[in-house]
Amino acid sequence: MKRRRILATVAMLAAGTGLVACSSDEGGSDASNCTNTITKQNVPVVTMWGWYPNTQLVVDNFNKQHDDVQVCWTNVGQGGDEYDKFQTAISAGTGAPDVIMVEADRIPTFQIQGALVDIKQYGYDAVKANYSEGAWKDVSVGDAVYGVPVDGGPMGMIYRKDIFDKYKITPPKTWAEYEQAAQKVKDAGGPLFGDFGANVPAVLMALQIQKGATPFTSDPAQPNAIGVKLNDQASKDVLDYWGGLAKKGLVGTQNQFTPEYISGVINGNYATYISAAWAPGYLTGAGVGKGQDTGKFAVAPLPQWDSANPVQVNWGGSAFSVTKQAKKPELAAKVAYGLYADKESLTDGWTNQIIFPLNLTALKDPAFVDLKVAFFGGQQANKEVYVPAADAYQGVQYAPFGQYYLDAMEKQVSEVIKGSITGSQAADRLQEDVAKYAKEQGFTVQ
Amino acid sequence: MGWLFVGPFGVVFLAFLIAPLAYALYLSLFQKKLIGGTSFVLFDNYVKAFTDPSFLSGAWFVIRFSLVSIPVQIIIALALALILDSVTTLFARFSRLMIFLPYAIPTVIGAVMWGFLYSRGFGPLTDIFGLFGATAPDFLSSDLIFYGLLNVVTWQWAGYYMIILYAALQGVDPTLYEAARMDGAGRWQIATRIKIPLIAPALILILVFSVIGTLQFFNEPQILRYLAAGTIGSDFTPNMYAYQQAFSLANFNYGSAISFALGGIVFICVYAFLFFTRKRRSFL
Repeated sequence: MKRRRILATVAMLAAGTGLVACSSDEGGSDASNCTNTITKQNVPVVTMWGWYPNTQLVVDNFNKQHDDVQVCWTNVGQGGDEYDKFQTAISAGTGAPDVIMVEADRIPTFQIQGALVDIKQYGYDAVKANYSEGAWKDVSVGDAVYGVPVDGGPMGMIYRKDIFDKYKITPPKTWAEYEQAAQKVKDAGGPLFGDFGANVPAVLMALQIQKGATPFTSDPAQPNAIGVKLNDQASKDVLDYWGGLAKKGLVGTQNQFTPEYISGVINGNYATYISAAWAPGYLTGAGVGKGQDTGKFAVAPLPQWDSANPVQVNWGGSAFSVTKQAKKPELAAKVAYGLYADKESLTDGWTNQIIFPLNLTALKDPAFVDLKVAFFGGQQANKEVYVPAADAYQGVQYAPFGQYYLDAMEKQVSEVIKGSITGSQAADRLQEDVAKYAKEQGFTVQ
Repeated sequence: MGWLFVGPFGVVFLAFLIAPLAYALYLSLFQKKLIGGTSFVLFDNYVKAFTDPSFLSGAWFVIRFSLVSIPVQIIIALALALILDSVTTLFARFSRLMIFLPYAIPTVIGAVMWGFLYSRGFGPLTDIFGLFGATAPDFLSSDLIFYGLLNVVTWQWAGYYMIILYAALQGVDPTLYEAARMDGAGRWQIATRIKIPLIAPALILILVFSVIGTLQFFNEPQILRYLAAGTIGSDFTPNMYAYQQAFSLANFNYGSAISFALGGIVFICVYAFLFFTRKRRSFL
């Protein structure tokens, strides 16, 4: 046990330093900097940034199938690392790739700066039917389309079967039951029931939306106006709920994605992990669910506030966008539409639990729906939890200053965790902070 | 003819120091909004910085941190240099190398390593404290992060300063010690009355280095932020705040203004320090 723990730690630290190392690389756009090898010569090359674990395979698949264009892929870092570089390239007016992997919640941020191309004119009609309306909504601003959906993050409650069995609890269906179950486990001397991490503000935002909050509203006809509503009762309720769980010692307050948290998950320090469909791939990559842990995890639908009117939410998920710096936007759009859209790439993505596909050819494939997921001990997780959650997902209006909002939320949540303010106070402060920023940025705040 | 020799340096100096500085100064006089574009605002960004709680709390943190960490580092470096100067065994040479070694490790790697050592889940502290039935302190929590960082910085820099002081001590004429001994001075007196005053210029040099370095504190908290998000916010130090403004929020104008405001604080602190020690600053 111990040795495995250390190995996992070392691997995580190595991954951490790897990220650091990546971030010092310049994401150059010339073909000599490709991570992949382009075998077909004398063909136009489209540069691309992305960080899916199986990008190499996806890019090779695409290149094999195309004689008119080849993709040159660079991994310039995951999430924020990539966005910081893209942001810098936007400001500099040079250095961005032609095609970039972007999470849906960041599309408005880059779109409002005029950094992305509306790809509706470049073959949208041909692939329109491959994705649901909700999937397109997440990558659109008004009528314009700024990305090709790849994966989504329908949320569920991952839990430890052995812990649930030991303390004789069944998966809670509501958040009230979740708290009761947490109390029961705690009273019996069991582990923490979940985690309230400051560094995953996107999860809290999703949970607030589940309760009925609408953080941002905007009208494409009036791009200068934005509605900011971060301290409505629903948002306060959710922050107070999680702040309360933490205060009562029912859940931990670790930062997620850290070696500390992962080792906790490995050791069974948490009975549940409120996360998205891509989490199993992430956890197995970090060494969870292997060896002695095999088959200990299961998944249940996300607990609800009102079980009569369930609401499904999303965490993460990403798309391919074409940047304004692309020299041949039409060719770049072809890549964006075609990359991670062929059967071979998609199948690899969902069998290895790297992505939860939004492409209907995969989503409706019985092999996908009925898949017995090894991480969940053969449970048909897609059929039971994730596909229904994805089908019921309504889409969200994201902020055009997503990075600022999430940073500000992280700051307030960490105060809640310290116990210096309540969840309601955090929501009020966040409202004030973000509304002020929006005004500074020239928006009319409603 | 002289210009020809200075030329190459001059070109590099202008291209890589003066030009970027001038450009940053120029940027800091503008404001770019997501809606409405760029406009000239003169010193508005500076006015904003000096009333911005994020900038002020970061600046206050690095000033407090300097007041504690610089004396700690210098005292340790000086004590080690004096000890290593007065013993000349193989062990002393080995120790010198070992104490210097942390400086050879990139700060980024050092910070990652300390993040691991501080970890309560699997770091060695848990086992060590466990032997005595105690709980290990969490150096990444908001209460202890000051000391957590203090330790990292001291570990990283004390050895480097020690080498500078040691080199200065080697330059002292040994006949002075002999004369002192003949006058009846003990080791302690030789150290405090002869060695320290004679290496005062080197001490001032490292003090200036450490004031500049500490006020620009960036690497360690930026790396540990990954492990201690929440405790270390994006505005933890002014440099981190400038980085966040420029590179994640695309606000290069305000980021430049913060950098210049920080530069101003560094200049004032260093100037004040040199002013008060002006009699001894033969080194600078």
